[in-house]
Amino acid sequence: MSARIFVPADSAAVSVGADRAARAIAKEAQARGVEIALTRTGSRGLYWLEPLVEVETDAGRFAYGPIAPDDAPSLFEAGFLSGGAHPKALGLVDEIPYLKNQQRLIFARCGVIDPLSLDEYRRHGGLTGLNQAIAFGATRTIEEVVASGLRGRGGAGFPTGIKWRTVAGVEADQKYVVCNADEGDSGTFADRMLLEGDPFVLIEGMAIAAVAVGATKGYVYIRSEYPHAFAKFSAALERARAAGLLGRSVLGSGRAFDVEARLGAGAYICGEETSMLESLEGKRAQVRAKPPLPAIQGLFGKPTVINNLLSFASTPWILAQGGKAYAEYGVGRSRGSQPFQLAGNVERGGLIELAFGATIRQLVEDFGGGTRSGRPVRAVQVGGPLGAYFPQSLLDTPLDYEAMLAAKGMLGHGGIVVFDDTVDLARQARFAFSFCAVESCGKCTPCRLGSTRGVETVDKIIAGRNRPQNIQLLRDLCEVLTDGSLCALGGLTPLPVLSALDHFAEDFLRDSPRAAAE
Amino acid sequence: MTGRTPWDDARAREMIAAMSAEPGAALPILHALQERFGYIDDAAIPAIAEALNVSRAEVLGVVSFYHDFRRAPVEGATLKLCRAESCQALGCEDLVAHLSQTHGLEVDRADAGGPLAVETVYCLGNCALSPAALLDGEPLGRLDRDAIDEIVTRTAKRRS
Repeated sequence: MSARIFVPADSAAVSVGADRAARAIAKEAQARGVEIALTRTGSRGLYWLEPLVEVETDAGRFAYGPIAPDDAPSLFEAGFLSGGAHPKALGLVDEIPYLKNQQRLIFARCGVIDPLSLDEYRRHGGLTGLNQAIAFGATRTIEEVVASGLRGRGGAGFPTGIKWRTVAGVEADQKYVVCNADEGDSGTFADRMLLEGDPFVLIEGMAIAAVAVGATKGYVYIRSEYPHAFAKFSAALERARAAGLLGRSVLGSGRAFDVEARLGAGAYICGEETSMLESLEGKRAQVRAKPPLPAIQGLFGKPTVINNLLSFASTPWILAQGGKAYAEYGVGRSRGSQPFQLAGNVERGGLIELAFGATIRQLVEDFGGGTRSGRPVRAVQVGGPLGAYFPQSLLDTPLDYEAMLAAKGMLGHGGIVVFDDTVDLARQARFAFSFCAVESCGKCTPCRLGSTRGVETVDKIIAGRNRPQNIQLLRDLCEVLTDGSLCALGGLTPLPVLSALDHFAEDFLRDSPRAAAE
Repeated sequence: MTGRTPWDDARAREMIAAMSAEPGAALPILHALQERFGYIDDAAIPAIAEALNVSRAEVLGVVSFYHDFRRAPVEGATLKLCRAESCQALGCEDLVAHLSQTHGLEVDRADAGGPLAVETVYCLGNCALSPAALLDGEPLGRLDRDAIDEIVTRTAKRRS
């Protein structure tokens, strides 16, 4: 039997040489006359170790990394096919603390299986949830999701089961299931990893939603900055259709459901659900006023379930293991697991799926190992460009919906970006406004104009002009954006700005602006 | 990623006609045209409007709304450089300065005839390996000044 080797084809792993590593290993094996079976997987999300090469042995999968093409000969010399010792050996992959200390419910298969093999997906527990949903029917399926306590993982945190129940209760000739995979927050990459590493889990989750609400058509809106994810997911859709997971009779149930992947075109605003609907309809992605809720009048005016990719991807586990089992993870009103994404200036960045309740510090220090630059951590932004900057004194804040709100922040999509002490928070506040100005859809005035006024006002403060008055003006402007914007882009841009002002006031009062971080 | 076929009106109209029955066809059509021809020619606007039974203003509104769609062909390679927070934390702005000072390349000011155009993007989902970029669709992580120099040299060679 030939030895099985696993090398990620995840685009982030490829960005640091995973393709070159895979080619070098294949070439070396051929030169030595060693037969190997090389599988390209997703990534485990231990990105500082990429390209991470794994080998199947009797004891389990052994890991080596980061592997450069030059390492290939020495790996074979060291007998890595049976887990031999090598300077880049990491031992059993499941024993690496970063991975071992996680609770991987959604990401259990990511980096493990061939993403396009439905057989492997099934062997690793896939489709159990969908079969269960088909057996349960709509009402019981919805009840399981309600019982799980699952809340929308896109950032808003609305209970998923309640949303499904609303759509199920509307009479209509056509309903839709739409997945928001417009993962635009800096510091987030969980959606991308799943699209590339375990695409069937999304298809299964959407099919479960279709059973629950009686929809026959689904769309996945994937951002154009993710070309690899789009290609991988499109390939998975074809396999799913060929295998009868999608089509006229899903898994032989007699229920029709098909999914189409749609590519975004570089607009952050499409992460907002109603502008995404406009975009899917072929229009400018301008936010719609609510009501009507998309659950009542969504895509093409029909009742539509819209969930984040991670919300859909949570439901196969919930259906397979039961809503109650899922609710046993987590704290307070934040049940289940959250895939956190650790990024920025951090030594060990990656995907960390944990039950709710861990603190920012545990993520940044215990998992992340502090900054990559080796300098002290000064600020941590949680929840993407609309999330707050936390100072050292607040790093013990738990990462759950309520605790983040209480700390005037938000969990968002679970992105955590670390900055060292070279960061200038006045500059970051300016960036928050300028990002809002670039990405505003233009529909409402506070966001469209307030963002530009914000940039100008921060510039005046940085330049030292009428500081007390301009800081007051900035706070007033933030109030207008918070209260007067139509959606979360304008409504939450004040979070990073005010957190910078509140926790890092000294950066707004400097004599001369600090040089940009090296 | 980006096509280099010169604009072909008849072919474009065929492509538009083949896709126009899809619900919400505008973005898929625009993506298909840009993938084939590298940009959206002015001639596409009335053709799409006619096929989708909407006004030209509406089509133009869509094309101009999204950052991705180009209105003129780009000759050389395109480096989409991420300048969002995670990449800022690891010095993407230093790379922007380096591109300008050492290579005379201004981000987002495409010199249409040059071998390399650099565009700002906000997040490529490669934040654990910042600073990140896409070079004509090829993902790049952990960029530094040396990597930028190598990209500039490589794309200049490709042209000559």
